[in-house]
Amino acid sequence: MTLSPMDTAASKTPESMAKRIRGLSDRTIAWIFVAPTIFLLLAVNIFPLIWTIRLSFTNFRVNRPNNDVEWVGLRNYKRILSDPDVWNTMQATAHFLIWTIALQVLIGFFLAFLINKKFKGNDMWTTIIVFPMMLSPAVVGNFWTFLYQPQIGLFNYVVTFFTGGDPASFSMIGDVHLAPWAIIIADTWMWTPFVMLICLAGLRSIPDSIYEAAECDRASKWRQFWTLTIPMALPFLMLAVLFRGIENFKMFDLVVQLTGGGPGNTTTLTSIDLKREAFEKWRTGYSSAYAVILFVTVFGLASIYVKALNKVKER
Amino acid sequence: MKTNLFTTAAVGAIVASSLATSAMADGHATELTLCWAAWDPANSLIELSKDFEEQSGHTMNFEFVPWPSFADRMLNELNSGGQLCDLMIGDSQWIGGGAENGHYVKLNEFFDANSISMDDFLPATVTGYAEWPKNTPNYYALPAYADVVGWTYRKDWFDRPELQTEFMDTYGRKLDVPASLEELRDIAAFFQGRDIDGTTVYGAAIYTERGSEGITMGVTNALYNYGFEYENPDQPYDLEGFVNSAGAIAGLELYKELYDIGTPPGSSNWYMGENIDAYRSGQVAMQMNFAFIWPGVEADENVGNGNSGYFPNPAGPAGQFAQLGGQGISVVAYSEKQEAALEYIQWFAQPAVQQRWWDLGGASALRAVVENPDFATSQPYAQTFLDSMAIVKDFWAEPAYADLLIPMQERMHNFVIAGDGTAKEALDGLVRDWTEVFEDEGKL
Repeated sequence: MTLSPMDTAASKTPESMAKRIRGLSDRTIAWIFVAPTIFLLLAVNIFPLIWTIRLSFTNFRVNRPNNDVEWVGLRNYKRILSDPDVWNTMQATAHFLIWTIALQVLIGFFLAFLINKKFKGNDMWTTIIVFPMMLSPAVVGNFWTFLYQPQIGLFNYVVTFFTGGDPASFSMIGDVHLAPWAIIIADTWMWTPFVMLICLAGLRSIPDSIYEAAECDRASKWRQFWTLTIPMALPFLMLAVLFRGIENFKMFDLVVQLTGGGPGNTTTLTSIDLKREAFEKWRTGYSSAYAVILFVTVFGLASIYVKALNKVKER
Repeated sequence: MKTNLFTTAAVGAIVASSLATSAMADGHATELTLCWAAWDPANSLIELSKDFEEQSGHTMNFEFVPWPSFADRMLNELNSGGQLCDLMIGDSQWIGGGAENGHYVKLNEFFDANSISMDDFLPATVTGYAEWPKNTPNYYALPAYADVVGWTYRKDWFDRPELQTEFMDTYGRKLDVPASLEELRDIAAFFQGRDIDGTTVYGAAIYTERGSEGITMGVTNALYNYGFEYENPDQPYDLEGFVNSAGAIAGLELYKELYDIGTPPGSSNWYMGENIDAYRSGQVAMQMNFAFIWPGVEADENVGNGNSGYFPNPAGPAGQFAQLGGQGISVVAYSEKQEAALEYIQWFAQPAVQQRWWDLGGASALRAVVENPDFATSQPYAQTFLDSMAIVKDFWAEPAYADLLIPMQERMHNFVIAGDGTAKEALDGLVRDWTEVFEDEGKL
């Protein structure tokens, strides 16, 4: 009788182990494998979350371990939600989010659409376009700080070359109106390639046969684009919006490097504000409440969005 | 056979290493880690500490962190009770928190036992770097690096006859070191956008940085001299009318005017590094900066060699003051090598070591060094350093200094750089912010 490879492998399993496993149910074995992951999740995600919620109702400061910790109820939440500076910060974050996502999705999709065409040097262009997202945000921040320099910056030179103005007459990162745009431009330069890659994956997943059928029906290119390309790439576009939305909500290093949150508070995003409260002022209880509010906001918005995304995918 | 040889060698190495370790232990040789900011003086300290290593047998390790992340990194270390640092050259504002939160070892007994007297150090540095509460004989540090905000100027530009004539025609006085902040503003405006040797240059590089402490360290040099006080001298934490006095408002307006009419375009987030770069590259006629940069200016081939001059922060209507910088050296309470760390402080306090510290590019606060008759002529900037150290004032050193610093950064940047609101609104807002902090602290 010839043994199958499976039987051969089974026969080589040590007897004692086989016996031990034989005594366990599939469910138990499954739990043995899954338990470390669950334990890690609880330790790294769930426990800190619960602890943060608990701290948010106290006046605890991590740099004053000897002070008594008082239960202050909803005081931290009330203070945050009635603080106009916090609302300004939220507004700055929303402005940054809306514009970066809009620009990145539009430009990213356009680039993906172009790259998706078969032409010579296609791969080389893809690599060149993707290059900015390989850099560290801190490096990008530094790099753009130089580009925006009124005296020596290439950005100012290019703008004034076309407008005929004096390069030193405007400062992208020193002007309250321009500083948010300085960050939006740098972030868009860095992360549009990421959106392009997602869109490219979406466009390449559309079978050629669908376009061939449309050609047979004599559908125009414009109609093919609106009735085939966009709907079929939409879940990918929405995925890109989700990823970039979550990422940009946490935006920190690029902004710190470029403007430090200024001029004034113009570019102080929630992540920067939260960091200042938690690790510069050391108001641990207050910043925990701040973090909980942000968590609920992001979680709520993301949940609604994911539901919409699933509906689009089901269509 | 090979195996035997290998095993013998390994055992030999282990035994040798154990013997070496026990020998070290017998001689109390220890590896000490000193934490500080990563800047030029830190390199001088490494050089200086080689003598300590030779004399004591201890090994010195250094943990230097760039200024922008220095406070974050080191305060995290202290707050978490970390044992990385045995010695900490912490910022002057940390002394309150270091003392009250038990991060630093109180040094009074050690000083008494080793005849180290705080009277031997410049009084301003003792108050600024070592005492908590201020003006009480409770010491948590030894003054380590004396520093103060002062000014550097392009002497070679100031000396040009054609500029002298034009300045005289415009302002009716000689183009020279400014005697007041208003004169400084005029000089900055005079150089702004001027063509010098085919390059457009600007008036002055001043502190405007938003993220850490930059604009606060800059704007106070105008506020103090116009009458700003942190609190009522007769009633602690009474801020109204002192922080936002009429003089303080005028001082803040002057700083904004200086920013608007006399600084390089795009200098909206500048601190020490940016100011040095602008000055060395010939962009500005004057530079506000801490004195630690002066040895580097002298050594620079473009702006050194007599091309630069130095002057203390000019006076205002309410007096002449300058923002204190610098730090004291403390023993970290969580260190397990406190004895060796104290040895380092004892060694560092010696006059000969302090003199060598100055010679290497450090800045001694020991009176024996700075009051030596040869000191004032020892470097082109030495007299300015002495004059500046005599007029210092410091920011709050309360345990909650960060809660006080952040709103000041926000309010000052909002007004000076972003042009939001008025100077009065900015200072009134600061009073509100600081009052809330002191209420939370239970001090009001």
